[in-house]
Amino acid sequence: MSIIVTDDTKLAISGLTGREGSFHGLRNRDYGTDVVAGVTPKKGGQDVDGIPIFDTIAEAVEERGANTSMIFVPARFAASAIEEAIDAGIGTVIAITEGIPVHDMLRVYWRAKEAGARLIGPNCPGVLSPGKANVGIIPAHFFDQGSVGVVSRSGTLTYQIGKELAQAGVGNSSIVGMGGDPIVGSDFIDIIGWFEEDDGTELIVMVGEIGGDAEERAAEFISEHVSKPVVAYIAGFTAPPGKQMGHAGAIISGSSGTAEAKAEALESKGVRVGRNPTETAKLAVEAVGAAA
Amino acid sequence: MDLLEYQGKQLFAKHGIPVPDGRPAGDVDTAVAAAEEVGYPCVVKAQVQIGGRGKAGGIKIAGNRDEAQQHAEAILGMDIRGPRGEGPFKVHEVWVERASEIDAEYYASIILDRSAKKVMTMLSAMGGMNVEEIAEKDPAALVKRHVEPGNGFDADRARRLAADAKLDDDVLDQTAELMVKVYELFNAEDATLVEINPLIVTSDRKVIALDSKLTIDNSALFRHEELAELRDVSAEDPQERLAKEKGVTYVKLDGNVGILGNGAGLCMATLDVVAQAGGEPANFLDAGGGSKAEAIVDALEVITSDEKVTAILFNIFGGITRCDEIAKGIIEASERIEIGVPMVVRLDGTNSEEGLGLLAEAELPDLHVEKTMLGAAERVVEMA
Repeated sequence: MSIIVTDDTKLAISGLTGREGSFHGLRNRDYGTDVVAGVTPKKGGQDVDGIPIFDTIAEAVEERGANTSMIFVPARFAASAIEEAIDAGIGTVIAITEGIPVHDMLRVYWRAKEAGARLIGPNCPGVLSPGKANVGIIPAHFFDQGSVGVVSRSGTLTYQIGKELAQAGVGNSSIVGMGGDPIVGSDFIDIIGWFEEDDGTELIVMVGEIGGDAEERAAEFISEHVSKPVVAYIAGFTAPPGKQMGHAGAIISGSSGTAEAKAEALESKGVRVGRNPTETAKLAVEAVGAAA
Repeated sequence: MDLLEYQGKQLFAKHGIPVPDGRPAGDVDTAVAAAEEVGYPCVVKAQVQIGGRGKAGGIKIAGNRDEAQQHAEAILGMDIRGPRGEGPFKVHEVWVERASEIDAEYYASIILDRSAKKVMTMLSAMGGMNVEEIAEKDPAALVKRHVEPGNGFDADRARRLAADAKLDDDVLDQTAELMVKVYELFNAEDATLVEINPLIVTSDRKVIALDSKLTIDNSALFRHEELAELRDVSAEDPQERLAKEKGVTYVKLDGNVGILGNGAGLCMATLDVVAQAGGEPANFLDAGGGSKAEAIVDALEVITSDEKVTAILFNIFGGITRCDEIAKGIIEASERIEIGVPMVVRLDGTNSEEGLGLLAEAELPDLHVEKTMLGAAERVVEMA
């Protein structure tokens, strides 16, 4: 099994007619994802390599049975595209778009909560369930099918760890990029909770980074609600205080939010924390071996 | 982006939040003229984005024209370090404002609470010290309240917050009105933090903002043209300025190993492995997703403009980034700019074989290819 995207995923892509949207959307389809529709206002009736385009997500739901939406539209239109998907009754929205204003996300976050929709991202690489479906920009060929669930705030770091796992013969149930923005639809806690419930996941790898307290809260959650082994990596041990490192998520302010504090919080709850991606992959491989 | 105190105060004024009368000045003559206009006593305040300006000698009271001139001369051009050793930040501008007679000092802020996904309002009767100190000394003195989604923040809620914070009774209404305006500003200007410390009660019982600290969401600058134009040159060193011009995500650090990675997470992990190998990173540079050759040339230009750099590490894991583009960028940069230090290159992921092939053909001097991230980190530390 897998989480978030599965064999049942029927994907509508907002922004499929754009350059990036069509490139990644078609790659997702080539992987085997059931891409049922594209959505671009005023382009209804056209198609992108055989995928029908609709003016609205509601039409994609009604006519093609879309149950998952991927948002690939420019930042200033992305929040309303997410809201449109939620209003159309889409259950899972995966927002790839980078640079959506925080205040817009604040509004969208609660709209999704009220509607009971699951929102992943924004500013995330998407979700890959090897052998089943790929929604987003994760290069699928670095990952094999298996029993390790990965959740990460960073894209490239996930690929790095995924490749090291694959080289050691360990595959993945799902790889979830949760996004690096200050407000993301689903946090470590949500995603680790889904992995805990997923029969196909035996071990969870979480990849965090400096800033905020999502990792610390995850540590509490793991100690209370997670029975499966968890291995973690935190990027940014050498980042100086007060500097912003790219992601809006990657900010340290004051004493909390440092990699050291996060690693300690996790280790105190029995989570093994690697000091670099290679060591983390090794810990995961050992833990899978021990569980088998 | 963080605003300077005076930029924040000008924004306060625009939204009807009371601030002392003041003027910004970039040179001594303008500062003296500003002092003459606002009247004496006045305060000459260094405009740098760092706490502890007063202790560092960056805030002085002037009782007359001569003192205003002396203080402006002393403060303009001075280097200020933060309480945790940040900086130094050179003072390019001062803010000259009418001195206030202070009856009471409060603390007020509205911030985005990332954990709760809600806006948080805070008030305390203990102003003047920083918020961590208040929280430590007397947690009950800092009243924190979320704005529940759909509820908004009106004068009644603000007044209850002020009353619970035990502010003086006679200024509860004024404070409530001010807080509602701060909340309106927070939303209208796409702020993620507005902090007023101290928020003062003057001797004639007026509530005014004596300081301002504002952070505006960079992602929302497209709808705030006037804010997007504001820049704080004092907070940037030459490399960071060059990086901004080139559109490169760069943070300068103190070491000598130049670093270029793709993706913020991988880039931070690269800093970590270089440090673990015994090296000191000179910078954080995230080439971003899908970088083309031209971006790599720009990035190398920024890295090599730092004279401390004695070796450079490329750590690329191609996802949407294609390693052949990265290789082309390295080759092009070698032709166009004087790099002058050894480079260690680790290319993995999308099109890595093509990229490594291009590098092998180019036979660049002093370029070393490594297969793994850890191997590359060790190699670059040896060479630096």
